[in-house]
Amino acid sequence: MKKALFLALTAAIGLSACGEYSQVASYKPGDYQGKSDTRPWEGGQFAGNKQAWEAALASRNQAQNEYKRTN
Amino acid sequence: MARMKFLCDSERCIECNGCVTACKNEHELPWGVNRRRVVTINDGVPGEKSVSVSCMHCSDAPCMAVCPTDCFYKTEEGVVLHNKDACIGCGYCFFACPFGAPQFPNGPAAFGARGKMDKCTFCSGGPEENGSKAEFEKYGRNRISEGKLPACAEMCSTKALLAGDAPVISDIFRDRALRRGKAGDAAWGWTTAYGKPEAPAAKEGAK
Repeated sequence: MKKALFLALTAAIGLSACGEYSQVASYKPGDYQGKSDTRPWEGGQFAGNKQAWEAALASRNQAQNEYKRTN
Repeated sequence: MARMKFLCDSERCIECNGCVTACKNEHELPWGVNRRRVVTINDGVPGEKSVSVSCMHCSDAPCMAVCPTDCFYKTEEGVVLHNKDACIGCGYCFFACPFGAPQFPNGPAAFGARGKMDKCTFCSGGPEENGSKAEFEKYGRNRISEGKLPACAEMCSTKALLAGDAPVISDIFRDRALRRGKAGDAAWGWTTAYGKPEAPAAKEGAK
């Protein structure tokens, strides 16, 4: 009786760590935690005029094409 | 406004490092911090190719995904920026970045002693008032809010490095590729400058 109890307890303790658990971490994308940024056309020389800012940038974009600059 | 991107034409890049110098000068970067670098493949071998590399402002940026303090954000123009006040200098972003873009002012040091991460901002500063002294000291000059493009691209002498709206610079690059017609050194590079090694043009008259 004692022997059977001993064996049962030993088996219970010895196999207690053999459970299988999923080891795949669940990934949760975080949200930005810092302070908010102002948009490029807000403040400064454009003072909220988004169209003017976009036009300035578009002009600079096209200035990179030397085929258009030379012809 | 579409997404802002860099595009480097390796047929044109002459490894002058003008972009690197322009960037360091524009943002008054400390020694050891290089937001932009020129990488050369087969350096010294005829036909070598160079390409200018910095933060590529990824659409799905791995640095944003791994940051434990979530200090990265993306602007409406698709520029990946970060908040230095929240950065703990852990270096995870450096390990995650495929381009080696994140830089640390104290170099390779123990955890936390690297200093706050510094990287290319597409010359659009950070989460401080546009054009303010605080913004300049932390993130460098904000040229985008002045209606200008990044200094590296505007400084590029051969216009190898293009920056701006992705569809626009793609069109410029496509136009170039169609006009030159050829690829490799025959288009623009070693063969154009020095002739083909097996049939040099000036060999007949040479003594």
